Parts: sequence; C-alpha cells; structure tokens
Amino acid sequence: MMTEISLNILDIAQNSVNAHATLIEILVDINQGTDFLTVKINDNGCGMTSEQAIKAQDPFYTTRTTRKVGLGIPFFKQASLNCGGEFHLDSAPGIGTKIKATFKLTHIDRMPLGDMTSTMYSLITFYPDIDFLYTYKVNKNFFVLDTKELRGILHDVPLNDPEVSSFVKDFLKENHAELNGDTYF
Amino acid sequence: MKTLEELKAIREKMQGQIGLRSETASQTRVVVGMATCGIASGARPVLTALSDAVQEKNLTNIAVVQTGCIGLCQYEPIVEVFEPGKEKITYIKMTPEKALEVVEKHLIGGKVVEKYIISSEGRI
Repeated sequence: MMTEISLNILDIAQNSVNAHATLIEILVDINQGTDFLTVKINDNGCGMTSEQAIKAQDPFYTTRTTRKVGLGIPFFKQASLNCGGEFHLDSAPGIGTKIKATFKLTHIDRMPLGDMTSTMYSLITFYPDIDFLYTYKVNKNFFVLDTKELRGILHDVPLNDPEVSSFVKDFLKENHAELNGDTYF
Repeated sequence: MKTLEELKAIREKMQGQIGLRSETASQTRVVVGMATCGIASGARPVLTALSDAVQEKNLTNIAVVQTGCIGLCQYEPIVEVFEPGKEKITYIKMTPEKALEVVEKHLIGGKVVEKYIISSEGRI
C-alpha cells in the first residue's frame, strides 16, 4: 500500500515509461471549492486494448513475468474509490493511456498528496529523454513545468546535468510551497 | 514564483563542457528498484539520497539509475551495485541513511558494507 498520492503518481508514470512514452502529462488539481483533488496522467505510450485496460485494474493481472500480481493501478484505483473519488482509465493501442483519479479532499481516508517535488524530480532527472508536462494547481493558481520549454532554453545541456537537476528541484520545491501556503495537502 | 530565467545562466556556463558525464564501460552503476514494490517500501527517498550524494561529492564515475521490479519484493528497497569487473552486490531493505553509508564505505571507500547485503540474511 502506498502512503502518499505522489508515490502512486510516480508508480503510474513508471508504467508510461515502460510503455515507451515520449511525452507524459501529469496534472494535480486541488480545488477546495468543489472539495476534490484530481490527478491526471496521460501518455503517448504503446497503449492497451480495451480488454487489457480492464484487466490492468485487476491486481491478479500483470504483463511482467516475475510474478503473478500487478498492484500499481489497483492501488491507485483503491485509494481514490476509498475516499469518495472516481477512477477512469482510457487507453488505445498505438495512441496512449489516460488515467484520471479523483479524491474527496476532506475525506478522512484520503491519503496525503505527499512529496510531489521528489516524484517529479526523480521522473525528470532519471528519464532525461522523456518529455514531462507537469501542472500543479491549487484553486485558481497554478504553475507549469514543461521539459520541452526547458530543452528550448538549454539546447544541448541535458536535463540530468547536476546544475540543471538542482534547478529543477528548487523550482518545484519553491513553486509548490508558494501555492500550498500553510496548507499541507 | 521561481521562473526559468536562471536556466539561461546555467546554459551559458555549461556550454562547451557537455559530454563529460556520458556513460562509459569503466563506470560503476548503482541501480535502484523503482517498481510498485520498491516505491511502496520507500525506494524514492533512497534514490534521491543516492543521486544527491553522488552529485554533491562529484562522483562522476558513478551512474545512479532506476530499474523495475528486481524480483525480490520482500527485500525492497533494493540497491544493486555493478562495478566493472566485479560481482554484483545487492543491498536490501535500504533507507536513505544506509544508502549514504554505502556511498561512503563502498562507492568511495571500496569496501562492501556486508551487513546490508542480501547474503548476510542467510536465505539466498
């Protein structure tokens, strides 16, 4: 069982990496007005057939061969359904996969969002060849981290260069802190 | 709000010195299992602790990379160290603190931290 929503996001994004995605879009949208936290993870990876997409939500289905369980998607689904949220998985072979999970913000069983800085930092710096479009929204305020935009500035300097990755970490940390204010989501 | 302005300065500074960190055969690979089992048992802070330490100490001959499920979920978080010409060392049930000890003693000092490796559990 994961202890943070951000760990689920990291885990689901690893599926996109394994599906050979070149672009992974991640949205975290916190809305205190509607009392919902929404997470969307969209990729342009190899996708799944509708049959596989249904099976992927079953813990006793996996494509790997090391064992007979696959808990990533079931964990995420369970986490959202347990706190009055909804879970949707749409996928098409050759096009990609879209996952949307909602969580009732004030539900007693909602796990904390956790450390999104670490999640995005490890994805961006450990997969420097994949593009990430990350949006973090709290009510009406938001910030975006688009690795395509970073590449436009950096040209041939790689995203996992130590100075660049420490910039990415600070950028995420400061902007999360500014939007969160005193609230721990 | 932090902006991307600083990146331009980094780019200008870095120009001409790229390609120095490319992977070579003489490089040590430090592999962290980052599948569901690894993440759920705390691999993310282990991974960031390792990569931060390697960067801070400027250990350019060491590459920290991620992998999927290593197949020993009950021992996660797992860190494998592949040194050229040596046998693979598998560290199990890692924490950021243990990982830093491995960086100091093994990656820098060259001495395997026996108490954290899998064979010391006596099961494999």
